Amino acid sequence: MKSTMGIILTDGMNNRLKELSLERSIAAVPFGGKYRAIDFVLSNMVNSGIINVGVITQYNIRSLMDHLGSGKEWDLDRKNEGLFIFPPYLSEFGTGWYKGTADAMYNNITFLERSDEEYVLIGQGYAIYNMDYTPMLEQHIETGADITVCCRDMSDFSIEDQKRMGIVEFDENKRIYNFMEKPLKPKSSIASMGVYIVKRTFLIDLLQDSVSKGYSEFVTDIILRQLDTLKIYAYMFNGYWRPFSTIQLYYRTNMELLNPKVRQELLMDRRKIFTKVKDEPPAKYNSEAKVRNSIIADGCIIEGEVENSVLFRGVRVMKGAKIKDCLIMQGSEVGPDVDMQYCILDKAVKISAGKVLKGDSEWPLIVGKKVKV
Amino acid sequence: MIRKEIIALLLAGGQGSRLGVLTKNLAKPAVLYGGKYRIIDFTLSNCINSGIDTIGVLTQYQPLQLNKHIGIGKPWDLDRMNGGVTILAPYMKTERGEWYSGTADAVFQNIHYVDEMNPKYVIILSGDHVYKMNYAKMLEEHKARKADATISVIDVPYEEASRYGIMNTDGEGNIIEFEEKPQNPKSTLASMGIYIFTWELLREYLINDHVKCDSNHDFGRNIIPAMLDDGKKLIAYRFEGYWRDVGTIKTFWESQMNLTERVPDFNMFDPYWRIFSPNPIYPAHFISDTGHVETSVIAEGCMIYGTVRNSVIFPGVTINKDTVVENSIIMSDTLIGANSEIRYTIVGENSVIGNNVKTGEGEFAPSTYNPKVYNCDITVIGSNTVVPNNTVLGKNVVIDNYITPHDFSTNVIPSGGFVMKGDENS
Repeated sequence: MKSTMGIILTDGMNNRLKELSLERSIAAVPFGGKYRAIDFVLSNMVNSGIINVGVITQYNIRSLMDHLGSGKEWDLDRKNEGLFIFPPYLSEFGTGWYKGTADAMYNNITFLERSDEEYVLIGQGYAIYNMDYTPMLEQHIETGADITVCCRDMSDFSIEDQKRMGIVEFDENKRIYNFMEKPLKPKSSIASMGVYIVKRTFLIDLLQDSVSKGYSEFVTDIILRQLDTLKIYAYMFNGYWRPFSTIQLYYRTNMELLNPKVRQELLMDRRKIFTKVKDEPPAKYNSEAKVRNSIIADGCIIEGEVENSVLFRGVRVMKGAKIKDCLIMQGSEVGPDVDMQYCILDKAVKISAGKVLKGDSEWPLIVGKKVKV
Repeated sequence: MIRKEIIALLLAGGQGSRLGVLTKNLAKPAVLYGGKYRIIDFTLSNCINSGIDTIGVLTQYQPLQLNKHIGIGKPWDLDRMNGGVTILAPYMKTERGEWYSGTADAVFQNIHYVDEMNPKYVIILSGDHVYKMNYAKMLEEHKARKADATISVIDVPYEEASRYGIMNTDGEGNIIEFEEKPQNPKSTLASMGIYIFTWELLREYLINDHVKCDSNHDFGRNIIPAMLDDGKKLIAYRFEGYWRDVGTIKTFWESQMNLTERVPDFNMFDPYWRIFSPNPIYPAHFISDTGHVETSVIAEGCMIYGTVRNSVIFPGVTINKDTVVENSIIMSDTLIGANSEIRYTIVGENSVIGNNVKTGEGEFAPSTYNPKVYNCDITVIGSNTVVPNNTVLGKNVVIDNYITPHDFSTNVIPSGGFVMKGDENS
């Protein structure tokens, strides 16, 4: 897919993931022991042969910039092409803070104009999935679509979750005739994954046209308004896909990694997920360690009991500690005889000896970054 | 170009023949160690942590793995515009090509590399040892005492001293005599094979040594004694800390078993002295609900469905259900089948151990293959080897690299036995 360039949209300001997204964009939220959410869309692009990628960011960009760096972990530190990061900027013609997704792309239209790939693939930084975009591009070319929207049957989500999605209906040729953003009563279980393919020059036209009319959103202002006039087609993806739109989904997605099938599809596939690496030594288990059904990253030292949990890099679990159904992020320390269940510990949290922390499977207890309990 | 004060020359051409099949297809510095690293990583990390960013790596024996590992030096931040890492392989000259005939000869043949960098000092290192050392401190001492050469030494037990090059010093730490493997050592200060020289002087000695036909072209045996004879100022720099030549199967195994202890002698978890290595692209490791791990080191990408005790497990290893791995070292991407018992065994990279396999069974017996190399309880299985289902291996057994089930004429190999490739297989 050298003929395609990529644009990754990272979210606007929100606290959907509560304390976890206070100081970082959702795209930079840690996941699965060593990843950040954005690793998936970025690796998907690289694995599909897309090597010219722009990441559009706005809020809390520090941790995201820190993570992406020069893009070398994704092999995107290139002389031409490679990785570009676009925070908002002020200029005579620009509009300053991005008012929406279309506005954000319009502000960086130079990136689109200067690139020479024929197509643009637009993806989101908040979803976890392992996908080859090549068949989607093939379908886009075959159908002669103006815009192809990647869709998926969301029956494996609750109705509440589906209500937060963009629900689509399409005809037998897969042409979308109905697209409802966050409907109160979803008419189908097919929803957009927020991944689009469009011709580069056509996207430039669409953006210019839309912004001149004062519009700013790609979905509500461009797709929804032109469903009848443009040929907008659905491409169906059937694999595992989870957006981090609520803390419950975030927690559930991490826990689903303990399922061998999910882990296989997501992380052990030949399409590898790349991430920024830290030079941690392998994890060390001392004689008291009892670990069952868990994911443990490098640099951990374990002397306690861990069950159904995901431990990120460099976590210390002291003697007598019992950890069940927890996510514990990089560099956190769980003191002796601590008893925890259904907790999410952000980075560098310290839990002192003997504390008991219990959350709920639906409402895990979140302990913010660098907090000492 | 900014002139470098010091550059390193890392001698990585040694075979390490006492590691048997582990070094049959790769040089000793490229052997996997500590659950994630190759032995050379410790020295390379020492360099970068000491502020040395220009390193020539001299290769000779089986360099492919080493070349791949080092690449352009990215993992150590050695991909530099000015300096960085350079692989220096033996090469052809106008009249003839020559292998490096000794440590000093290897450096002699790369004089032009050092000249181009034009450093004030050079540090000579070997890629064979596991240790953490700040070379900057050694250089400070070299400069403060205005030495011509500084040799790093470590205090060894008297009984072991005769295995090393021993430095006899006066009260001020000046070296007055050097003895290679003395029968009756006069001191217990062993050379660690780490030398800092003032380049101008070393250059002169290398050129003089090159034309001597009776020379072994070796730093310890020729260059150092020649400098001593000329009354040059050679000083001993005492290193205190962990330093191991993991050159035999026994020390290779023992020192890694020590890494699994609560407070190992060698701390890999030091955030101020990180050990760098290329990071494999693997997810964090997984312990299943049937898995159990204690007193062990486990790397990324592993999937543990069985029990692991007192073992070092490298990235990408799968250990299946009802299998017990004890006191063993399992290298990268190896698969261990179900219902097996692996004890006191080293398994190389990318191998497959079948189901119902037992290793380390019975009592020790001397090796019928090569007792000089294989002389302890440890059974060694090479890399890219398949051990078929229901095989039983004793202690001190050796299985070659690239062995297929066809190479096994029986499924019971008693202690001291072997399965080797080609005509060596009797």
